[in-house]
Amino acid sequence: MDRQDEQHSPAVVSNRTMDIVVAVLLMAVGTLVMWDSWRLGLTWGLEGPKAGYFPFRVGALIFLSAAVTLIVSLRRHGESGAFVRWDQFRLVLQVLIPTAVFVFAIGYLGIYLAMALFIAFFMWWQGGFSLVKIVPVAIFVPVALFLMFEVWFLVPLPKGPIEQWLGF
Amino acid sequence: MDALVSLIHGFGVLADPANILYMFIGITLGVLIGVLPGLGGANGVAILLPLTFSMSPTSAIIMLSCIYWGALFGGAITSILFNIPGEPWSVATTFDGHPMAQKGMAGTALTAAFTSSFVGALIAVLILTFLAPLVASFALKFGPAEFFAVQLLTFCSFIGMGRESPFKIISSMMLGFALAAVGIDTVTGQLRLTFGSTELLRGFDFLIAVIGLFGVGEILLTMEEGLAFKGKIARINPTVVWETWKILPRYWVTALRGAAVGCWLGITPGGATPASFMSYGLAKRFSKNGDRFGTGEVEGVVAPETAAHAAGTSALLPMLTLGIPGSPTAAVLLGGLLIWGLQPGPLLFVEQKDFVWGLIASMYLGNIAGLIVVLTTVPLFAAILRIPFSIIAPIIIAICAVGAYTVHNALLDVTIMLIFGVIGYVFKKLSYPLAPMVLALVLGDLAESSFRQAMLISNGSLTIFWSNWLVGSICTLALLMLFWPLISIALGRLRRGRMAAPAS
Repeated sequence: MDRQDEQHSPAVVSNRTMDIVVAVLLMAVGTLVMWDSWRLGLTWGLEGPKAGYFPFRVGALIFLSAAVTLIVSLRRHGESGAFVRWDQFRLVLQVLIPTAVFVFAIGYLGIYLAMALFIAFFMWWQGGFSLVKIVPVAIFVPVALFLMFEVWFLVPLPKGPIEQWLGF
Repeated sequence: MDALVSLIHGFGVLADPANILYMFIGITLGVLIGVLPGLGGANGVAILLPLTFSMSPTSAIIMLSCIYWGALFGGAITSILFNIPGEPWSVATTFDGHPMAQKGMAGTALTAAFTSSFVGALIAVLILTFLAPLVASFALKFGPAEFFAVQLLTFCSFIGMGRESPFKIISSMMLGFALAAVGIDTVTGQLRLTFGSTELLRGFDFLIAVIGLFGVGEILLTMEEGLAFKGKIARINPTVVWETWKILPRYWVTALRGAAVGCWLGITPGGATPASFMSYGLAKRFSKNGDRFGTGEVEGVVAPETAAHAAGTSALLPMLTLGIPGSPTAAVLLGGLLIWGLQPGPLLFVEQKDFVWGLIASMYLGNIAGLIVVLTTVPLFAAILRIPFSIIAPIIIAICAVGAYTVHNALLDVTIMLIFGVIGYVFKKLSYPLAPMVLALVLGDLAESSFRQAMLISNGSLTIFWSNWLVGSICTLALLMLFWPLISIALGRLRRGRMAAPAS
């Protein structure tokens, strides 16, 4: 493993910072849960514990455990290590952002077309493949899945304009 | 013996050619899933679960559990050849497996891994066969309080035995419970945590969470190290297999110990991952070659693999008899059972004999078939990993998206999957364990309703949890597990104090 790279690329954020951020977020979630449970009723009703009984305690535990993590993280000084380095983060974003676009596109283009474009884009951008190699794969995978899901398993997937045009 | 008769009946159920076909398809898919990163055992089963809705429950669970075995086997392939654990429980296999491959002994390592897995799983299935009906009949004595106690034990074990910070484990677990609570409350019909959104009425499905956390999250993590898979070439031919089989019996103690650890950790939920690590650690301590572990010792492969497979298999025992899954994948299978309308528990053994014993019979055959399949197809699967990541990654993500969608035919679920993916990525990096969250998500509603029913019976008093010897002992064990780290520190100090005294 190339550990020398660690010196070359700076950290985006340290582990300690992320620990603190996540702990704070969890405390917020816990508070949210407790608040909603309070609305539902925390104690006993006619049929036993009210709807909020269990979730309130769950929310409280989230809040308390996250608070401890927060305090522990705040008190930690010294090198906590990089949560993610910039070179790593770039690579992760290179997957995350196209994926987000792909997910968004499913609603408009249907999953098969979106998938074809996604695979094609990825192969072109990350792999540097030529169109000759991209097109067969980008067509084969959605078609194979189409046959498997729509025809064999009879499980419908979101379709878009092209499928409607083809009559499905 | 009753169990044997039922088992033979189970083989009869299995003899249906369709089921045998599903078995082989399952195993092949499973190995493929185990080999590809991002499609793990839990994840793969989760994605394929909705596809099985059109099959009969028996065929469906046979195929799904064979996928599970296949994944158990497949994880070892990438660990040994590429030093990339295909599954969390294959991490320990990389310690000695990859060095062996680097020394040119890849074939030996693979054979040893597969055979150990087979042995571990076989022992676990034997125990399962004879223990399951016993536990099932015993489980009839379980009322709501007892069920809750067992679930409590499960969760406390995670906190006590986990290697991460207990507070992070609690946070993760409670988050799972909170997510499980979203939606319509089954008892009062009220809406919880939906904040006025009609989409959230459905609540969060554990399948979506699993696909996101373990699938997308895994891919994001893998991306950090770049896109290259540099692997060692493996040749498995009959000579290598035979030679390896000749030296394996030397390590029977390790194998038995691994199987024991595995069975224990599978039944008391811990799962295959902690089992593999614990078995490796124990073998390293107790073996004559302990200090050579890490440089390519066969024993270092035997230990984690027997344990991981034994745990993975025996995780099905509490799942079938009590409805408590012993591992994330068992949790997914449990979810599947519930979706099919099958209630795990003692009644399952009485009312659905075909299903249960067909499944158990498929474990035996599935294991044998799995061993044969992997031994013959290793070069094929290794070759698949040579396909550039830029092609495989989008395909895997697309399959995850499809899997997420098919659960409820809801587009929002795919977005939720993505969010869970990011959560999985962040949590893994910060050492927040994911397994408790998934388990809480699956069991949350069940645990809560057990608790509420118990409270109703006792009129609000917590003493019901110590009202009889069964529930009391389970609860005591749960508390013991919860505070285990503190207890073991205290015991350690006591021991050291006593040892120091005579010396001075």
